[in-house]
Amino acid sequence: MFEVVAFYLFAFLTIAMFSITVMTNNALYALSSLAAGMIFISAFFFILDADFLGVVQIVVYTGAVMALYAFGMMFFDSMAEVEEKIASPRLKFFLSGMIALIVVIIFVAPIIGENALKGLYPIHLEYGNAQDVGLVLFTKYIVPFEVAAVMLLVAMIGGIILAGKKMDTNLTLLSEEAIDELEKTHDVKDKK
Amino acid sequence: MSLALNDYLILSTIIFVIGLIGVIRRKNLLMLFFSTEIMLNAVNIGLAAISKFHGDLTGQMFAFFIVAIAASEVAVGLGLLILLYKRKGSINLDSIVSMKG
Repeated sequence: MFEVVAFYLFAFLTIAMFSITVMTNNALYALSSLAAGMIFISAFFFILDADFLGVVQIVVYTGAVMALYAFGMMFFDSMAEVEEKIASPRLKFFLSGMIALIVVIIFVAPIIGENALKGLYPIHLEYGNAQDVGLVLFTKYIVPFEVAAVMLLVAMIGGIILAGKKMDTNLTLLSEEAIDELEKTHDVKDKK
Repeated sequence: MSLALNDYLILSTIIFVIGLIGVIRRKNLLMLFFSTEIMLNAVNIGLAAISKFHGDLTGQMFAFFIVAIAASEVAVGLGLLILLYKRKGSINLDSIVSMKG
């Protein structure tokens, strides 16, 4: 009973938060409602006995990803309204039809897969979730785990190289004249 | 009254469709990134639910790798977005249309 109440409460909250993210025009509202929605989603993982996944969700999304977005938003004036005009309603119609089809397939899939194979790596309730996950992750999934580690390293280096260009000039250490000079050259380049 | 697998899958679908509406409707590139995150999270809920109801850890493993992929996607994507903003001065999706088609 408690489970059902928690499920519907968090389902309502998550859908409300993500709707705000998608519909709002203010980037700050979008960012904070997305962070809230991510935390509410972790509640489902706790309900589903996937404790470790829930903790990872909170740490990675609201700790790392949201901080990264907030940091990235400082680089562009995110408060500026982006004019959104939608061209070609026919394309929109087609895409909506395709989405409806996908929804039908998703709803039918569990009925088709009713007698799917049981448990490749079964859950041991007596171990606890974190230990169970660790046992499978570091034996059966060790190669994907290492590949994911290399991928994260590549992504980190790529992010630094892409975003870090021309970040060696520090406005607080420059004199007024030097800043004026810098802005002038920047304006000229923008006009080009 | 207890929850069945279908409840979670329906919730997962609703959240996924919200993300998809965002991808189709928004022209702000930052919002496209947010919508992608929403869609990845929706899939994670579905995988965790299937993992629980089939008594199998594989779903949770996939969810972990999806989280890792989402994190690296954000790092590279934001780097590209900052680079694009420096070059074009705007994060509107229409401003990067340079090919005629």
